[in-house]
Amino acid sequence: MPQDLSLRESYGKTLVELGKENPDIVVLDADLSRSTMTQFFAGEFPSRFFDCGIAEQNMVGIAAGLAASGKIPFASTFAVFAPGRCFDQIRMSIAQPRLNVKLVTTHGGITVGEDGTSHQCIEDLSLICSLPGFTVIVPADAIETAQAVRVAATSYGPFYIRLCRPKVPLVYNQDYHFNLGKAVTMRQGKDATIIAIGLMVSAALEAADNLKREGIECCVLNTSTLKPIDETAIIRAAETGAIVTAEEHLEHGGLGSIVAQVIAKHYPVPIEFVAIKNTYAKSGKASELLQRYNLTAKDIEQAVYKVIKRKSR
Amino acid sequence: MPELDNSSTASADKVIAEVFSSLSIKEMEEISKRLRRHIITMTGKAGSGHPGGSLSAVEIVTTLYFGLLRHKPQDPQWCDRDRVILSKGHAAPLLYAALAECGYFSVDELLTLRQLDSRLQGHTDRTVTPGVEMSAGALGQGLSFAIGIAIAGRLNSQDYRVYVLLGDGECDEGQIWEGAMAAAHFKVDNLTAIVDNNGQQIDGWNRDVMNLAPFNKKWQAFGWHVIEVDGHDFTQLINAFNHAKMVTRQPTVIIAHTIKGKGVSFMENNPYFHGNAPNTEEVKIALKELE
Repeated sequence: MPQDLSLRESYGKTLVELGKENPDIVVLDADLSRSTMTQFFAGEFPSRFFDCGIAEQNMVGIAAGLAASGKIPFASTFAVFAPGRCFDQIRMSIAQPRLNVKLVTTHGGITVGEDGTSHQCIEDLSLICSLPGFTVIVPADAIETAQAVRVAATSYGPFYIRLCRPKVPLVYNQDYHFNLGKAVTMRQGKDATIIAIGLMVSAALEAADNLKREGIECCVLNTSTLKPIDETAIIRAAETGAIVTAEEHLEHGGLGSIVAQVIAKHYPVPIEFVAIKNTYAKSGKASELLQRYNLTAKDIEQAVYKVIKRKSR
Repeated sequence: MPELDNSSTASADKVIAEVFSSLSIKEMEEISKRLRRHIITMTGKAGSGHPGGSLSAVEIVTTLYFGLLRHKPQDPQWCDRDRVILSKGHAAPLLYAALAECGYFSVDELLTLRQLDSRLQGHTDRTVTPGVEMSAGALGQGLSFAIGIAIAGRLNSQDYRVYVLLGDGECDEGQIWEGAMAAAHFKVDNLTAIVDNNGQQIDGWNRDVMNLAPFNKKWQAFGWHVIEVDGHDFTQLINAFNHAKMVTRQPTVIIAHTIKGKGVSFMENNPYFHGNAPNTEEVKIALKELE
């Protein structure tokens, strides 16, 4: 069994490394540094850490001002609060002027768990992907998180990186090299393609293994750079003639919508969407919620069966 | 439509602070009148825009750009420049007029305000206009942005100062008070906020739409050093700005009491001209008053 590791912790530790390498790295938080794990940076570099209190709109604006002055600000809170609470501030203070702000939010998706609806962000990818100029990354594990954060620090422009709360199984080993804008083929297969992001990548791999035992060979693609999406890889993956997308987000506006757009334009094939269907989730354990809202390997397998039936013969 | 006043007050290759620090009040008054004429002509030609809140802040902006700032119009990105953040982005015509008079771009360009492909967008856009520090227009965001710039200056041991011009109506926005709290908390004494306190917003008088009183006490309670001035009096404005430079370990706000539409009789205290341009006839009358 692969090891379960925390993406947030990986983020926090990477920030400290970056802080040592580059004095222009500064970090902001909104009273959640113990949850977002920016506390490690705060402990190491107190003069370059700014806790803005429970005031996310102001945090975003301060980050923008720091970026306009040559700093490389990482601003963190829960995804429900940014972009959730301060969409206009992100739009006008960061996206329009294309400032070099890195929003790294945690507790994305429903696996926040027991805290319930108010803390489960299922709309953030839709919101943030709508903003021109933003690069959006949803890492699949702790190793990819560390590398994505490094790439964000060294690439100019606004970045959004979405992390989840629970520890998730490693899908990569230390040899992995994250390529911004490039999807990663995790499994080869000819019968259908599963395109996944975040913790659904691990579920997609599990589904592909199970389906293989049933004689169905699935290609698995991790599109961790959600924006700009790797169109070439998606079009190539569509050659299997059937696609299933899997994300811990609303069906509307996230990975499924983005893939469907690419497919409709360039290579129309049937698609099934494993995502949250126009509803809010509830309190519960992360694993219970993933089952209740149909975001498990089993759900991906069923979607693969369904989409294969729709394939043109 | 009358022509713009083309007699630029500065050649573009000088550090303006050196040029203007010796300006007399009378000279500043002359510049103010010219800025007012630009505002009328620009918005009149564009057929839209926000003359009222531009006219009210003319003396504030004149004092900043022609009496106070350390900047190089020929090098808008100069790293040690003082920064002016126009948070009330709808006063863009005023900022553009001042920037043109300083030499950031030609005075002729002012007539392109709000036209397709013009660098002079309806609300400020920092990506296209030389000298514009912030893309504004969505109210309430400039103070936070200014705090970020002020903190960066401190981290870099740079001695530039940051000025942020707020509207009073803008202070309805919650983010202003988030920023007010943070500026005091972070003790950013290289930051001066100026409130163009003209008393009006789109729907009418502040006190009727959303009462801000006691305004002075609110800022004090948030930990700011507060100075109140007549926002059309150069001596008071210069003294306040100089005083703010001496205040340490806390930010300063200058509450500048002004008159919306100041300088044009039929625009003064008339909320209609918050967001409506003068028509051709009104432009003529206004320019005559501003001769």
